Amino acid sequence: MWLYIFRRTLLLIPIFFVITVVVFSLIHLVPGDPISSLLGPGSTLDDRDALLIAYGLDQPLWIQYLRWIKDFVMGDMGQSIIEKQPVADMIFYNMPFTLRLGLLSLAISFFVGITLGIISAVKKNTIIDYISMIIALLGVTVPAFWLGLILILIFAVELSWLPVSGSGGIEYLILPAISVGLGGAGLVARITRVSMLEIYNQDFVLLLHAKGISQNAIVIKHILRNAIMPVITILGLRLGFILGGAVSIEIVFGRPGIGSMLLTALFRRDYPVVQASLIFLTMAVIIGAFITDIIYSYADPRVRDLYK
Amino acid sequence: MSIDYQKTKKHKSPLKVLLKRLAQNKMGLAGVVVILILIFVAAFAHILEPYSYKLQDISNMSQPPSLTHLLGTDEFGRDLLSRIIRGARISFTVGVVSVAMSVLIGLVVGGLAGYFGGKVDLILTSFADLTWSMPSILIALLLVAIIGPGLESVVLAIGLSYWAQYARLIRGQILSLKTSVYIEATRSLGASDFVILVKHLIPNSISPVIVAATIGVGNAIVLEATLGFLGMGAQPPTPSWGAMMSSGTAYLFISPWVIVFPGIAMMITVLGFNLFGDALVDIMDVKNRESNL
Amino acid sequence: MLKVSDLAVEFTVDKKTIRPISGISFEMQKGEVLGVVGETGSGKSLTAHAIMGLTSLVGGKISGQIVFEGKDLLSKSHKDMQSIRGAEISFIPQNPMTSLDPVYRVGDQIVEGLLKHLKITKWAAKKRAIELMEQLRIPNAERVFEQYPHQLSGGLKQRIVIAIGIGTEPKLIIADEPTTALDVTVQAQIIRLFKELTVANNVGLLLITHDLGVIAQICDKIAVMYAGNVVEHGDIKTVFSDPKHPYTRALLDCIPYIGMKKGSLKAIEGNVPTPSNFPKGCRYSSRCPYVIPQCKTEFPETIELACGTKVTCNKFDLNLPRH
Repeated sequence: MWLYIFRRTLLLIPIFFVITVVVFSLIHLVPGDPISSLLGPGSTLDDRDALLIAYGLDQPLWIQYLRWIKDFVMGDMGQSIIEKQPVADMIFYNMPFTLRLGLLSLAISFFVGITLGIISAVKKNTIIDYISMIIALLGVTVPAFWLGLILILIFAVELSWLPVSGSGGIEYLILPAISVGLGGAGLVARITRVSMLEIYNQDFVLLLHAKGISQNAIVIKHILRNAIMPVITILGLRLGFILGGAVSIEIVFGRPGIGSMLLTALFRRDYPVVQASLIFLTMAVIIGAFITDIIYSYADPRVRDLYK
Repeated sequence: MSIDYQKTKKHKSPLKVLLKRLAQNKMGLAGVVVILILIFVAAFAHILEPYSYKLQDISNMSQPPSLTHLLGTDEFGRDLLSRIIRGARISFTVGVVSVAMSVLIGLVVGGLAGYFGGKVDLILTSFADLTWSMPSILIALLLVAIIGPGLESVVLAIGLSYWAQYARLIRGQILSLKTSVYIEATRSLGASDFVILVKHLIPNSISPVIVAATIGVGNAIVLEATLGFLGMGAQPPTPSWGAMMSSGTAYLFISPWVIVFPGIAMMITVLGFNLFGDALVDIMDVKNRESNL
Repeated sequence: MLKVSDLAVEFTVDKKTIRPISGISFEMQKGEVLGVVGETGSGKSLTAHAIMGLTSLVGGKISGQIVFEGKDLLSKSHKDMQSIRGAEISFIPQNPMTSLDPVYRVGDQIVEGLLKHLKITKWAAKKRAIELMEQLRIPNAERVFEQYPHQLSGGLKQRIVIAIGIGTEPKLIIADEPTTALDVTVQAQIIRLFKELTVANNVGLLLITHDLGVIAQICDKIAVMYAGNVVEHGDIKTVFSDPKHPYTRALLDCIPYIGMKKGSLKAIEGNVPTPSNFPKGCRYSSRCPYVIPQCKTEFPETIELACGTKVTCNKFDLNLPRH
């Protein structure tokens, strides 16, 4: 098992390099350069060349990449061209906000989704099932940013229960996390329902009933325990989809975070910031998927044996 | 002498069977109705809109819904209903065209990976998996930044960020079909790789792709709106639902209807595609769980 | 100890009502082994589920009467049935390969039932589970206790399932084709095991099988089922030596024996009708060689013959014209 985890961890390294290469080359396809925006009026071509050399932008692309990646792994992600501060500082300032939002959203996705899924599966083909599934479907279909705006209108403006925007205590996190998490909850609910109904028809459930185990214990201890494994797999695979909403939600709620930092940088063509935030967001999702995969292979004894 | 089996045995056309099953599926039928209405509105938007979608009326800025403006007006006094009707055309086009593009890329990548296996499969599949695990919004954002904002680049960006799902589906299907007896038979009759892939394998693995694509249109519409909302989509005054909501955010507390109604329009649309897709899973008897994500 | 009278189960599917089993009556005494035999689709398993009160879980409507140890089981609530199931009546399912929860250790699955029905500690339950496993001749019981179902062979899984069935010392064990999934050599062992258990603990065993050989080995009584009805019920020796119902006779004729002539192996023509198209009269009438016109229209009465066998066939109805 530990060997398996170790091997999977090693696999993250090539993935990291592939991502950096892809992001780096894509960024350099972006038209328009930040140097022009730095040059004041009346500056000469020589000024421009001096700046190009200063930022190393005169070198061939692969040299630029090697230089950049060497510094990057050493923790030096360059200077923000617009903000004039180290990108690493900006990332480490913003990362916790995004992580907090992401984790809470994920928790909401998981618990709300599982609950809806169980209710639906247990009350299969009743009005309760239909209502839960419509809610789940709405979760999947409504974009996070719109949900965020509507939640602001209801809970912040009409009811004044929670703050409209900004960051700080938990009260600032609730509405954003619900907006991001509900989409994932819909997904989780739908998978939970299908997978529980599949398990429900298996032979071992009949034996559990025959053993006199109560309906509740069978549903929670056995059916859910078995049904949760495909849910974990898909949760890992669709982590990017579930957390994608966080980017727009940070804008809606005016929260600091990697997402809003990325968007601002994109508009200002601030390459180093865009690069670093894309790499961090992508790696966060991939590491998340990696962790769910480990959880999955630990949760299922059959899979666990495969990696012994 | 050849015997025509079609004549000796009476066959129901598969399309008729599907339609019959669809007619029994209430949710699916609701989805179809929503999609048909959307197509109708998109096609006849220029006739259906009560006002011109770009007609500004400074004396009627940010008016709440009333009899003259059923859904109210925006910050330029433009009729919201007319803009939502126009927006339907854009959303529908973006959704369908970008998904068509994704499916095409997915068919090529997944088809090649599944059919040739080995190193080709390994490289293509890892690339597809990497793309699939990345938030599509990030890929799309980056691509729009490269190509520059605008409707065409949004279509391109969405198309390029969603293909991995279809590639995975097609690959899985082909892997399971490849070793089937009838493909072996076709090969032994001397059919070329290309013929087997294009004439036999892909058509026989297409049903989960159709299901996924139906739901995918809904997802693409949401992604378009999100890009539009972030200012990376269609540029004003183009009445894309996302762009409308984006400019409406500044007036959220003055005229919330500018945000609420386009959102509801989008919700119903996407719900329609999802309900239809879910129904397709049942009536086409698609076993693959991944196709209804 | 167990008396089933006129048991029927009804399902409603797509607004159509079907009754896969009806008019089921039989009885058994303490320490007896009753074999229920019939072709696939005759309703044997459903009968077992009905006695356990499991059909209501899938939406079936039960009527008739099931009296177990003087208790009317059909009048019991869900909750009461839960404390009877697994404690007084236990069930050994058809397919041991898929009847264990794949994510729990097999030992814990035995313990689960013990903890539910016996007032004992976890530790005592574990000890008892290992004792049971040893009693069932599972080698390395303590190690097997810690293993997961996918790590065990079919024979071992079957023993685990049996351990679950006997652990709570039930008064009645219902075993639904407990040996079909196993190799012939293992089958014999398991059958012997069953015989030992019933004799040693004086428990009743209701054994469902389509294997007349198994019935001949260990049963005291037999109930022959056909298309959802019991057609013949009686003492095993009487029925085997002198089968009354044409179907029982046909079944016995189908058993191959050593020294039989080549090509003389018989089979019953046709198939068991499905619940949605049961014939109106006797359900065997479509395949019966002794069919008389009344069989097609009138459902036969169950008649107790002088030898003690109960048979449901018009042949023995003295009120009907002879020919």
